[in-house]
Amino acid sequence: MSRTRLENPSRRGVIKAGAAAGGLALSFSTLASAHAKGGRDQALSAYVRIAPDGIVTIVAKNPEIGQGVMTSLPMMIAEELDVDWSQVRVEQADNNPAVFGRQVAGGSTSTPLNWEDLRRVGATARAMLLDAASQTWGTPVGECATASGAVSHAASGRKATYGQLCAKAATCVIPDPKSLRLKDPADYRIIGQPIAQADTPKIVTGKPLFGIDVRLPGMLYATYEKAPVFAAKVAAADLAAARSVKGVRKAFIVEPPPPMAGGLGGPLSGLLPGVAVVADSWWSAKKGREQLNIRWAEHPTATQTSADFDVRAAALAASPPERNLRKDGDFTAALKTASAKVEASYAYPFISHATLEPQNCTARFTGGKLEIWAPTQMPEMGRQLVASTLGLKPDDITIHMTRCGGGFGRRLMNDYMVEAAWIARASGAPVKLLWSREDDLRHDFYRPAGYHFLQGGVDPSGRLIAWRDHFVTFGQGEQFASSAQMNPLEFPARFVPNYALDVSLIPLGVPTGPLRAPGSNAIAFVVQSFIDELALAASADPIEFRLKLLGDHGLVGEAPGAYHAGRMRGVLKAAAEMSGWGKTALAHGMGMGVAFHFSHQGYFAEVVLASVSDQGEVKVHKVWVAADVGRQIVNPSGALNQVQGSVIDGISEALGQKITIEAGRVVESNFNDYPLLRMPDAPKVEVKFLKTDFPPTGLGEPALPPVVPALANAIFAACGVRVRSLPIDPAALKPTAKAA
Amino acid sequence: MGYRLIINGKSYDADVDGEMPLLWAMRDALGIVGPKYGCGIGYCGACTVHMDGVSVRSCQVPVSAIGPARITTIEGVGAGDVGRRVQAAWSALDVAQCGYCQAGQIMSATALIAANPKPSDADIDAAMAGNLCRCATYVRIRAAIKLASGQPQEA
Ligand code: FES
Ligand code: FES
Repeated sequence: MSRTRLENPSRRGVIKAGAAAGGLALSFSTLASAHAKGGRDQALSAYVRIAPDGIVTIVAKNPEIGQGVMTSLPMMIAEELDVDWSQVRVEQADNNPAVFGRQVAGGSTSTPLNWEDLRRVGATARAMLLDAASQTWGTPVGECATASGAVSHAASGRKATYGQLCAKAATCVIPDPKSLRLKDPADYRIIGQPIAQADTPKIVTGKPLFGIDVRLPGMLYATYEKAPVFAAKVAAADLAAARSVKGVRKAFIVEPPPPMAGGLGGPLSGLLPGVAVVADSWWSAKKGREQLNIRWAEHPTATQTSADFDVRAAALAASPPERNLRKDGDFTAALKTASAKVEASYAYPFISHATLEPQNCTARFTGGKLEIWAPTQMPEMGRQLVASTLGLKPDDITIHMTRCGGGFGRRLMNDYMVEAAWIARASGAPVKLLWSREDDLRHDFYRPAGYHFLQGGVDPSGRLIAWRDHFVTFGQGEQFASSAQMNPLEFPARFVPNYALDVSLIPLGVPTGPLRAPGSNAIAFVVQSFIDELALAASADPIEFRLKLLGDHGLVGEAPGAYHAGRMRGVLKAAAEMSGWGKTALAHGMGMGVAFHFSHQGYFAEVVLASVSDQGEVKVHKVWVAADVGRQIVNPSGALNQVQGSVIDGISEALGQKITIEAGRVVESNFNDYPLLRMPDAPKVEVKFLKTDFPPTGLGEPALPPVVPALANAIFAACGVRVRSLPIDPAALKPTAKAA
Repeated sequence: MGYRLIINGKSYDADVDGEMPLLWAMRDALGIVGPKYGCGIGYCGACTVHMDGVSVRSCQVPVSAIGPARITTIEGVGAGDVGRRVQAAWSALDVAQCGYCQAGQIMSATALIAANPKPSDADIDAAMAGNLCRCATYVRIRAAIKLASGQPQEA
């Protein structure tokens, strides 16, 4: 989930077709040289199978984590193939980059990276079926038409289903990609329709779908205990006591080889030391684990605490920054000329992904080969990690991708996969490793905490002329901790003439990594809250002030970092209109706040209506979202669900989520002390998609970032207290706290 | 040895320790994996099943405490009229994102409507507060409960 890169490579199509069980099996690969690194071509492909009974099986290439791509990607193929969705069966692909190319759930990239190719897969198959009909009937292709999975010839009244034609089609010449004509969007019958997820019937009846549901003959169950101080080694453990527990088969210490270089999560990713307990049920393994009485070796990061990080950050802010990341104009000189100035410091905590399905993986090692069933967002990285850690050839590892009970970036890391592989090999039986919730919350790759020390100035005409951010984050030397960096193009860079972004780093012994809308999920809070402070200082309406800041620019900068100010103005005005901004009389204790943010190529503006009680309790009543993700929403049902879920997820983060480090370890343990938002606190979320003439982009992430500052700004409007630190602390919002 | 359990109208012999929570007896010993593990401390509701029609967190119920009670899980809830309507509403409104919490949500919603055929928003809040949805599909869960109970849904 690093920053999305949206090259639009010119792709040469390579198509393979063959007969499969009497039907047509089509594999379409394209060589995307522009997309490849170091001049190596990268193949992207997808499969369609048509059976004689007319059933069309479409393989979903990417991992499904709840973002809906197992449905929306096959919809693209089905549309151009010209079948009815009711004829389609969706099948989840295994990890196989040689056939499918990039199989990743991350960065909201599934839609933009597959939109062209997958429609061409469908169009190719359709062209071959047309060809088959025209050859069979001796009629020109141009006189034949397709609809609902059949070819017809109007003049002769002939008609044949795809099922009848598929055997012949498999022998037809594969059309030149240049000859393919894609549908006019006005003719779409599947794309743009709200379609329920392909797995819905299985989800509502409780069929085994998830990694945790995998069961193999002779399978054992494992727990794996790692040090609370990250990467500390095992000094001693009472293995015999664990083995004496009924049902326990094995208990052993894992001393991993040195970690694979270049892993996404840095040195704390991959296989870490610990103790495995393997038993005939997970409950027995857990009982065995409770007897281990592990003593952990000393570890240098055992002194780290969240409170010290706060102190350290304040000290760094008082000193000259270590580095400058961006400088436009002369901030210091401009600030002197400002008629209104604001200075403020913002902070946000580490937070956890807390996927509802805890990390787990099932592995079977036989005859030197490894077979893995895993809920993973990045299976190929997992395969490489397992291969290098266990000393296996990547080709000897098969990975089946299960449905994931949530992802949010957590399952980009495959630490649980390499643990399961190691334990299965050492156990001589297939093993399902399952983490407890406590393991999961205490061994995450957290959204890094961060601190921003901001100064800004507005000129007498109400224009923002000076902005400086001293960003204190985590890392060592020049190296940011994973996901702790800030893009120097981040708004309002390029929109403020005198701008400076400085940075200083604090060393960290806690694993970090991308969490849904990485970077953005924190930076939007800081930037859009501080903009509100500046608007207030300039006595300007928050929306008017923002419109002025966006100016009358169109596209600012160049791809991949381009920012379309016009698209942002569009969503901002739409959100103002939807919410009745400035036209609604609000009761005492209620307030509206606004914010916008651009990430993952999507433009989002959101307005929150919230109230603050005399006890400082915050209630979010309604959120209005205006979104611009281009000209086409592939599946409006999934799209709306993603946006509503992202918005409530953001509110949940803002209201309750915080991971605290003490003595080098995570304090929080489970949902009792790491509260997620629940039904009574879920607001209504009204969403409008503006259709603009740009290619469609993804929706798994970009709706989240603006809701956090929109809520903070609404709280200010409601009670006059500025939220500068997350999560929101009700005690700070009480009238008594205000007076103090 | 072991415990006789009646789950979804079928009788099972679970050869497990009495202190083993029903959730693990079902998932690991009996292969009934619809009920999910999310927290193990009664805070998420992913493991929700019915004991004689009442919602319980199966991670909190030791097998020894079940006795003759009849257990219903997501695999069997569709055999009843309310359960079938709730499942249909969940499908019609495409409630799920990842889907992991939804077995528990459907079980809680079914118990709610069985006891209270036309639940108000406040009733829904109270009955569903124990079921976390990490993907935050709450807007659709509420709408699906309204649909299943024959009440108008708000947008
Ligand atoms: S697993 Fe039982 S309530 Fe969470
Ligand atoms: S749908 Fe993912 S946890 Fe509810």
